[in-house]
Amino acid sequence: MLLVESAIVYNNLPFFIEAKFNTMIRSPLAARGLVARGFATLMILALLSGAVAAADYDDASRLFKQGNYAAALDKIDAAVAANPRDARSRFLKGLILTEQNKPTEAIGIFTSLSEDYPELPEPYNNLAVLYASQGQYDKARKALEMAIRTHPSYAVAHENLGDVYAKMASEAYDKALQLDRSNAAAQTKLAMIKDLFSSSVVPGKTSVAQAERVEPAAPAKPSPQEAKGTLTKPPVAPQPPSPGKAESDAVIAAVEGWAKAWSSKDADGYLSYYAPNFQIPGGEARSAWETTRRDRIIKPKKIQVSVGSPKVTFDASGRAMLKFRQGYKSDTLDTSGAKTLTLVKNNDRWQILQEKMN
Amino acid sequence: MGARTRRFQAGSRQSLAQAVVAIIVAGASYAWSMGLTPPPPARLLAAPEAMLVGALLDIRDHKFSSALKQIDNALAANPNFRLAQLVRGDLLLARSRPISNLGNAANVPAETMDGLRQEARARLARYRIEPPAELLPRYLLQLSEKQKYALVLDSSKSTLFVFENTGGTPRYVADYYVTIGKNGFEKRREGDKRTPLGVYHVTSKLPQNKLTDFYGSGAFPINYPNEWDMMRGRDGYGIWLHGTPRDTYSRPPRASDGCIVLANDDLQTLERKLQLGSTPVVITDSVEWSKPEEIEALKTDLTSAIERWRRDWEGRNTDVYLRHYAKSFAAGGANLAQWSAQKRQVNGSKTWIKVQLSGMSLLLYPGKQELAVATFEQDYASSNLSNRMMKRQYWLKEDGKWRIVFEGAA
Repeated sequence: MLLVESAIVYNNLPFFIEAKFNTMIRSPLAARGLVARGFATLMILALLSGAVAAADYDDASRLFKQGNYAAALDKIDAAVAANPRDARSRFLKGLILTEQNKPTEAIGIFTSLSEDYPELPEPYNNLAVLYASQGQYDKARKALEMAIRTHPSYAVAHENLGDVYAKMASEAYDKALQLDRSNAAAQTKLAMIKDLFSSSVVPGKTSVAQAERVEPAAPAKPSPQEAKGTLTKPPVAPQPPSPGKAESDAVIAAVEGWAKAWSSKDADGYLSYYAPNFQIPGGEARSAWETTRRDRIIKPKKIQVSVGSPKVTFDASGRAMLKFRQGYKSDTLDTSGAKTLTLVKNNDRWQILQEKMN
Repeated sequence: MGARTRRFQAGSRQSLAQAVVAIIVAGASYAWSMGLTPPPPARLLAAPEAMLVGALLDIRDHKFSSALKQIDNALAANPNFRLAQLVRGDLLLARSRPISNLGNAANVPAETMDGLRQEARARLARYRIEPPAELLPRYLLQLSEKQKYALVLDSSKSTLFVFENTGGTPRYVADYYVTIGKNGFEKRREGDKRTPLGVYHVTSKLPQNKLTDFYGSGAFPINYPNEWDMMRGRDGYGIWLHGTPRDTYSRPPRASDGCIVLANDDLQTLERKLQLGSTPVVITDSVEWSKPEEIEALKTDLTSAIERWRRDWEGRNTDVYLRHYAKSFAAGGANLAQWSAQKRQVNGSKTWIKVQLSGMSLLLYPGKQELAVATFEQDYASSNLSNRMMKRQYWLKEDGKWRIVFEGAA
């Protein structure tokens, strides 16, 4: 649930950031802006690191990627000692400390970095991630707002901010509904995040792979177990008798057809699954929405969409609610998340009225 | 991505606003009609409620930052105001993903979420309440000099009105959001989780230290079942006015086992006005408001019936006196025949009777029947016996005539 942690900026090399952004930014204009900013950051970092003990830094970076944090820390300390102003080395030190589960020290590093280089969004972002991991969502929010202030199009910070708001919302809901926060589900969730987090940098894995797995900030991150299961459709759970198994099978069949059209990049077929009165998120015009969707379907070289664990319920007005886990795999993205589709029957055909990521 | 996020936000808030408007409109299905620019309420809502309602109105007007500020203020003072927490959750979540209804937490029992949504509706509807100018609740025909305040509960509006006795005329002073029985009103049976309808009195106080946390800052039992309830075979017991647990600012509009539940702050304010054994609590399904002159006419009508009863008692013509009693009369296990026999015997032996009534309180029963509860001090003197007592009578208008259906010590 807490994506913030997975979306930590795990690199200090701007071209990484670009690579990462390219998988997320759909508007070419925005992407260009980010590329330009990436280069600007690179320039700053390059200038700043001119006098650094480059060998120490490179060693530290390699050790870090191998998961040898203690040794990495020794090297990076040497690099920082040689050039205390070097942003790149300090940034890496912050990452190492984070991996060593020393959030307070890591916060110290990123805080001083953000003070010395207020124009860099990454230290703010990572500060926010650390604050969020401590449950200090308001501080996390402020840090992310600073990141966005420095770079209004900094997508990671936007994503993280959304997640921080969601987390704050969930805290408020807990209070509203007196949900027991010590309950097993919550604990499992937190433990799972920890696993994800520590397993995200394991010896042997390249950091490019890390960057990919960190992306994108999907509305709900599957647990590793769930992720494994998304491509095979589990048996459909028995449904309540009315309005009948046949009807719920028809709903599932429709959604599978929709996923198939999407997977085969058949934009017309895909769009035909949407009801004429489909509720377009954001109140966009239908035509604009269709263009965006077509774009999204046509652009990737390969798409595979799966419908996992579908559950159908019907409301009094005969609408169907289909909850499932949507797996999405393309050449740039591999993600899954819980989705709810509301469907209506038009001319004997179930069509999508509303689409929601949970 | 940023642009996408922002577009989602805009859409999401739009739908939150629509959801709130839907609730506001639903709230307006009460008698008070909904104008889009509501007049400022003539009454002051308690601060947390005012801020909550302010926030909901802000959401309707798409002022989301201001809404969040109001919610945060409400919560700063009352962190256990769950509905405010729910709205806060929505306002925050709307910045993260599209939402379309009030309350978006997952895996919540439907009953819990429904309760909070109903509270939102009730609170908004309460905001629309304006005690009609010049009109008064029909029930308060006359308060005695000693009764400083009277309470009138509007069950369908989740609202307890407080009236002050200003020289015999009730004057509106405050009203509070209350929770009533899970299954609504018109209690009949023990365990039916309903709040009774009728005329009651606060009988006693159960202090906080004698109660579990569930009852909050104290409890004030009322005399359910009263004499009229018992005559109709209604049972159950333990209908109290009480507060909320420490971790709960307020409960949904219908959630109690029949008790009337107020926020602890409100109960503490109200407590200062309650007189044990005396303060009336008229519980209605929906308050009927009348012109003071109509209420005055009702009162005069009933007062003169009581005066005729008093005079006929003094006149010692038992047949004439007994005409004031209804066929369905019952008191202390006696029916009308037994009562009549006893009265004939007692009155026949007297050479004179003097009856003086004072401290008269006259309360009309809610509902279609014309039924009134008279409570007064009776100073009785006769050739062979004198006594003073507090008496309560239930008068029922049958065929255009007020008659006594119950009489006993109050």
